[in-house]
Amino acid sequence: MSVKKITKSDFANFVYALIQTDNVIGVQAKGDRFDFAPLESAKDLRLDYDVTLQPPKKYFLPPTEVLLTFDVGGGYKSQMDCGKFILLGVHPYDMIAINQMDELFRQDNYDAHYMTRRNNATIIACDVARFSDHVFASSMDTAVVREGFDVLLTDIGDSYVMEAATAKGNDLVARAQGAVEADPQALRRREDVWAHNRKSLNKHQLKCDPAYLPRLLAKAYKHPVWEERAKTCFACGSCNQVCPTCYCFNVQDDVSWDLQTGQRARAWDGCLLDGFTTCAPNHEFRKARADRFRHRLYRKGAYVPQKIGGQVACVGCGRCVGACLPDIANPVSVYNRLIDDLGIG
Amino acid sequence: MCQCCAEKKDIYLPQLATVADISQMNATEKYLRLSMDDGMFDFLPGQFVEVSIAGIGEAPITISSSPTQKGGFELVVRKIGNVSGAIHNLRKGAKLGIRGPLGKGIYPVEEARGKSLVFICGGIGMVPQRSFINYVLHNRGDFRDVSILQGTKNYDLRLFSSEIEAWGKRGDVQMFETLDEGHPAWKGDVGVVTRLIRKVNTDLKSARILVCGPPVMYKFVLMALEEYDVPHNHIFLNLERKMKCGVGKCGHCQINHTYVCMDGPVFRYSDLASLPEAI
Repeated sequence: MSVKKITKSDFANFVYALIQTDNVIGVQAKGDRFDFAPLESAKDLRLDYDVTLQPPKKYFLPPTEVLLTFDVGGGYKSQMDCGKFILLGVHPYDMIAINQMDELFRQDNYDAHYMTRRNNATIIACDVARFSDHVFASSMDTAVVREGFDVLLTDIGDSYVMEAATAKGNDLVARAQGAVEADPQALRRREDVWAHNRKSLNKHQLKCDPAYLPRLLAKAYKHPVWEERAKTCFACGSCNQVCPTCYCFNVQDDVSWDLQTGQRARAWDGCLLDGFTTCAPNHEFRKARADRFRHRLYRKGAYVPQKIGGQVACVGCGRCVGACLPDIANPVSVYNRLIDDLGIG
Repeated sequence: MCQCCAEKKDIYLPQLATVADISQMNATEKYLRLSMDDGMFDFLPGQFVEVSIAGIGEAPITISSSPTQKGGFELVVRKIGNVSGAIHNLRKGAKLGIRGPLGKGIYPVEEARGKSLVFICGGIGMVPQRSFINYVLHNRGDFRDVSILQGTKNYDLRLFSSEIEAWGKRGDVQMFETLDEGHPAWKGDVGVVTRLIRKVNTDLKSARILVCGPPVMYKFVLMALEEYDVPHNHIFLNLERKMKCGVGKCGHCQINHTYVCMDGPVFRYSDLASLPEAI
C-alpha cells in the first residue's frame, strides 16, 4: 500500500473534491469544543482538534437506530442503514476503540446492523496534533494506531503524510491531486510525531502496564474504593455516554399513529443507570451504586478484555474524566489507587 | 435499503409463530403452545426464546416443554410487565414473533445419563425445569432415580398440578410437593422447599441436582446441599436475568464477565465461583 505526502493546500482541495462526490463526516468546531458531523465545507474540517465531544462510535452504533419495522400482529422486516460514508479525522485511540467494537459486534453472533455501517465506512484516521486536557492514551498504549483505518494522516508541518492501508484507502488516496511518494525526510518526521505522541499523550499516568489491569482487578473486587467513589456518583451515565467502548443498549418498540405499523429501535443504555439490570418482578440484580460503578471499570479492565484477546477496553481518550461532574470517573486514578494499595505482582 | 442488505441474516429479526393453544393456569400464569410458521424449531432443555409482541417489545421466556414432545413448544408466562401482559391477551390463532432457541448453557443432558437426578423447583421455577423433567421421563431408562421437589407459595399458585400428580403416580419418580402457606384443601407438606431435601431417597452426592426458583431460594438450597456434601460440580442453577437482546451484545444480563444469554441460563455451580454477582 502507498505512503504519500500531500501539502495542506492540496489536501484541502482533496477534501473539497471528496465532499462533492461522497458523504463525508469530519471533525468540526462546536462552540469551543469539537465534534464529528457531516462536512459541508472543506474549511470546516479541524484536524488540529484535541478530542471530540462524542467518539465516532455514533456512526456505527447510533444513539438510536431502527432495527426492524413491523405490522402489528404480523411480520417483521429488517432495516439496514447501507449508505456509504467517509469518516475523516479519527484519532488513534478512537480507531483502536472502533477496532475493539468491530470484534465485539462480529464475534459469536454477527450484528449485521453494526457491521453493515462499518463495512460501508472508509476511515481516514489522523494522528493527534493537539493534546486534550485529560488524554492518557500513552498510558494505555493507544497513542498511535497501525491497523483498522483505510488511510492514516500525520501532520508534519506544512504537509500530511497520507498512508493507505487498504484497497479502499488506496483508491481514495489515488484521487488526491498533488500527492507524491513520501520522501524519507517526511517519513522520519512522521516517526518523530509518533515517538512524541507515544510519550506525551499522558495527562494522567497509569502506574502499570495496561496489560496488568485484569490481574490487578482480579484482587480488587472488595476494595473500599468502589464504595468511596460511588458515594458521590450521580449514576447519570455520562461516563457511559461519552465512552468509545461502551456499547450496551436497550430495545424499544414504537407504534405509528395508524396503530397498524411500527418500528423496533435500539438506543444506547448505560450500566451505571438505575434499573439497568431490573427484571420482572422488579428485581434489580446490580442495584447498589458502588456495584454499578465497579462494573463499568471491570468491564473496561477485565471483562471485555476476555472477549477481545486481552486488550484493555479503556483507550485513554479521557472523555469520561471531563464528563463526570463529581470527578470520580477517571479510570487512571481508580486503577492507580488500587496499585498503591494492592501493589503490582 | 438495498437488496444485498435485505438478504443479510439479522440476529434481531423474529420469526413468526402461531398460538396453537392458550389457557389460564392460575391467577397470574398463562400456558401457551406455539408452532413456528416455517415449521423449524429444534431446541434443548434449558434454552429460551425471545417472545416478541409487535408494538410492545420482547421478553425472554424459557421453553417449558421437552424437545421430545411433538406439536410445537410450550411456554408459561406470568403476567408481570408490558410484554407478558400482552401475551396474556393473545388468543388461539394469534401471531407473535420468536427469536431462538437461545442460550448455550443448557441442562446437562448427556452428563446426567446413567445418574440420579434431583429437581428442586421454587414456584414458577418448575416451568423451565419441566422441559428437562419431561425429557428425562420420556427417556426414563437412561437415568437412575428421579426426584422432583416443588415448593409453591400457596395453593392457588400451584402449576401443572395434574402433571405433578401424574408424575407422583408413575412409581419411578419420587415426587415431593410443599406449600409455604397451608390451605384447607391441601393435605401435603407445608414449609419451604429445602425441607423436602431430607425426604429424597437417593445418594445426593452422586446425583445431579437441578435448581430453579426465585433469587432468594438459591442460597438456602445451596446451604442445605452443603450439609450433604454434594460436590459443587454436580449442582446446576438456572440463573435467569434480563436477557434483552439474547445474543450477547446489549449487556443487561451480564453477571461479572458472563452473559447469561450466551453462557447460560443454566450454570454449573462450580463455574460460578468466579462470579460473585451470580447469587
